[in-house]
Amino acid sequence: MRHRADPAIVSAFGCIAALLLVGSLYSSSFLSPEYLLQQLKVASFLGVIATGAMVVILLGQIDLSVPWVVAVGGMMSTAIAGFGPVGQALAIPAGVACGVALGLVNGAGVAYLRLPSMVVTLAVNAVAQGLMVVHTGGFSPQDASSPAMRFIATGHSVFGIPNALLVWAVIGAAAVFLLTRTTFGRVVYAIGNRERAAYLSGARTRLVVLVSFALAGGLSAFGGVLLAGYASKAAQAMGDPYLLPAIAAVVLGGTSILGGRGNYLGTVAGVILITLLQSILSVMQIEEWARHMIYGTVIVTMLLVYGRGRRPSE
Amino acid sequence: MTRGDWPYWLREHRGTLLALAAFLLMFAIYGTNHPAGLNANVANTAANKGVLLAIVAMAQTLVVLTSGIDLSVGMVMVLANCLASTIVVGSPLQVVLGVLGVLATGALCGAINALIVIHGRLQPIVTTIATGAVYYGVALALRRVPGGDIDSTLGDALTGKVAGWIPASLVLLLVLVLVIWLPFRRSETGRAVYAIGSAEMAAYMSGVPIRRAKFAAYTLSGLLAAIAGLFVTCITSSGEASAANGNTYTLYSIAAVVLGGVSLFGGSGSAIGAIFGALMFRTIGDLLFVFNLEPLWQPLFQGLVLAAAVCLGALRLLRVRNRLDLYG
Repeated sequence: MRHRADPAIVSAFGCIAALLLVGSLYSSSFLSPEYLLQQLKVASFLGVIATGAMVVILLGQIDLSVPWVVAVGGMMSTAIAGFGPVGQALAIPAGVACGVALGLVNGAGVAYLRLPSMVVTLAVNAVAQGLMVVHTGGFSPQDASSPAMRFIATGHSVFGIPNALLVWAVIGAAAVFLLTRTTFGRVVYAIGNRERAAYLSGARTRLVVLVSFALAGGLSAFGGVLLAGYASKAAQAMGDPYLLPAIAAVVLGGTSILGGRGNYLGTVAGVILITLLQSILSVMQIEEWARHMIYGTVIVTMLLVYGRGRRPSE
Repeated sequence: MTRGDWPYWLREHRGTLLALAAFLLMFAIYGTNHPAGLNANVANTAANKGVLLAIVAMAQTLVVLTSGIDLSVGMVMVLANCLASTIVVGSPLQVVLGVLGVLATGALCGAINALIVIHGRLQPIVTTIATGAVYYGVALALRRVPGGDIDSTLGDALTGKVAGWIPASLVLLLVLVLVIWLPFRRSETGRAVYAIGSAEMAAYMSGVPIRRAKFAAYTLSGLLAAIAGLFVTCITSSGEASAANGNTYTLYSIAAVVLGGVSLFGGSGSAIGAIFGALMFRTIGDLLFVFNLEPLWQPLFQGLVLAAAVCLGALRLLRVRNRLDLYG
């Protein structure tokens, strides 16, 4: 099982190659290292957010609070960065901590109150939005990011590799380790397959669900911190364009939306695929309306090819 | 209904009745505290806003009952809005054809969702996320910049008052309930939708027409979303391809469905409950205005109310006898 290539991941990487080929016919700069590194840098932000979304989807749940948790991460970290050198040092952990707190609320609702994740995360999203509106309007906080945030989002380290990409690589490696080499990861897959069985096997299912949502909240917020660093400032609607791509990237990478099945490599492929698709559509100067239509059609078509469920009779 | 049926009837409609009671209470507070008093104009404005969300909530209910979710419902509304602002103008015949065209487009959007979910066997949530992007693209192609117009007779008729004081929008809502929801609920297909939402496998084994019922639910949902889009056009007299608007209405429709006592697991609840849920959700927003709370606090207040309503769902934990029942 382990050594057989997942058809979803193979086709996702195949599509990436096809996209690059189409792009290179349009302009040879699509294959240049600069362009590819730039794309990987932009993909890192989505990659960090999609990592959290993937853990939650593996549980068989969904996190719709991504948009405003991303915004909370960005806005709170820039606000804290306004409080002198201490604030600058605490900016990144504080932003992530706010995301973890919101994730804990999500997780508590799903794990302990047994509410459907779709509505809990929706409600948390609405509350987070309300908090940020009050925060901006009532306290007019600083919205410029700290040098450290700009460094991890836009800087370059060894061999000109973007720091954001290194950050994604570290988070990705940690996610792979967590999902495949720890009890926690095995329980996440077990819950996604059948929570009742996992519970009867003695797994602490509720704690694992709580921690998973907290993890997803923290990663979304960290994505927001990176985005704020990239754009040098945080804004209210900064997380809106990340909910659908994050879910789409996870699902296109072969993770079952019903939970219990999926591979991080697939999510990497999905993230790169979505980023490349968006980039190529905008470089080709395709009008916005057509971009939306192509984007939606590609996702449906790819899923129809390999993401289908079972017949009711099976 | 015999005397012995009452407990069952009450149990089936508990969510709807609670939503109705909560709405009446809130609306009474709103009406008695409104600075201008509850005159016909105040009621009409409130009704227009409430009915718009109520129609979208009805659309969402139909899909939720099958234990699915329609995240494209707001985008279908935006698409219908853009289309209506383009084709519902001109001579009376053109207006009639335009309205039919808008409704047919909405039904087509719903049918596309249905075909992908039924025959493509994709999950409703990912399907409608993706088709929502496509529908938004079409809307944007129709209206790159906000504009357009709608036949003023139709617009005034739907957003004005009947017999001097009854909001026409409420009449429209009543007609939709009587013409679409009640016949659907009582039909074989409607029962099949409830059966699918309760236990799809059991419904399949019992020979319930699963595909037909799902197709009907999604298509009617698209149709209702298009009616909502038409109604938006009547209120604003223009079309705007706003993604934010579409997403907001999708989210609010889910909130209204939850407040209206429709189970997101499917198979229980009714569109009438969702209507009261929607009216309640709108009244909450208006209450803040009446009590002079800063508009700044309104999103937070609405979010907290939604969170509180969602938490009410946890009350079922108190009825669980066996801990294992908690784990599906």
